[in-house]
Amino acid sequence: MIKIVFFAALREQLDCAELSLAADDAKTVDDIKQLLSDKNEQWQQTFSNASLLSAVNHDMVDGSHLVKSGDEVAFFPPVTGG
Amino acid sequence: MLKQATSIKDACQEISIQADDFSLADEVALLEKDNVTDGAVVTFTGRVRNNNNGNSVTTLTLEHYPGMTEKSLAKIIIQAKERWNIGRVKVIHRIGELNIGDQIVFVGVTSKHRQDAFAANEFIMDYLKVKAPFWKKEQITDDGQTSENWLDAKNSDTDKADLWS
Repeated sequence: MIKIVFFAALREQLDCAELSLAADDAKTVDDIKQLLSDKNEQWQQTFSNASLLSAVNHDMVDGSHLVKSGDEVAFFPPVTGG
Repeated sequence: MLKQATSIKDACQEISIQADDFSLADEVALLEKDNVTDGAVVTFTGRVRNNNNGNSVTTLTLEHYPGMTEKSLAKIIIQAKERWNIGRVKVIHRIGELNIGDQIVFVGVTSKHRQDAFAANEFIMDYLKVKAPFWKKEQITDDGQTSENWLDAKNSDTDKADLWS
């Protein structure tokens, strides 16, 4: 299984903090994004936002990053701390 | 001379993510305690403003990504130590609900001479702004109407961080 987590405005737009995916459903971060977009129109619109960032196991990665079973994948808007 | 590499785990000792306020005096005292080699102590404190983009801000809520926050800050501290000759580092970031004037963030750096501490402190702050997974939501009052919205990231912060690369 792959754990997917969402933060901040993205979490609120999706009304979802986390979910799980079967590991064989997706190979890369972009594949996961596509799978999530296919869920419905709301999710498709949300994931069409090009500024969304992604992380795998707490490291920022780009869409081509390979994902494996047991990984934690996060999607979130650009950060605004400090 | 090769500098000893700092691990993520070591760097995490220099980071605190907390809901509670912090004391600038206490943090400076810790940076200076039994530290006889460093002549420079540079600190930065960030506070909640009462205004943003012309709106009147009443409170601010800070969300973060536990685990990734610590790891990303640790990586920033390690980079700073590779780049400058610095002694002690402390980074504090508050989370949860904050009020106007509250302290949000603290970065403290010591070094033998001031240049390294000044540069490393600014570098850590600039990278924290664009790499550490924190998000601010502000509660604003406009003509008596209260609303809240997530802050947008600023291009100026990205540009500033890019200057170090």
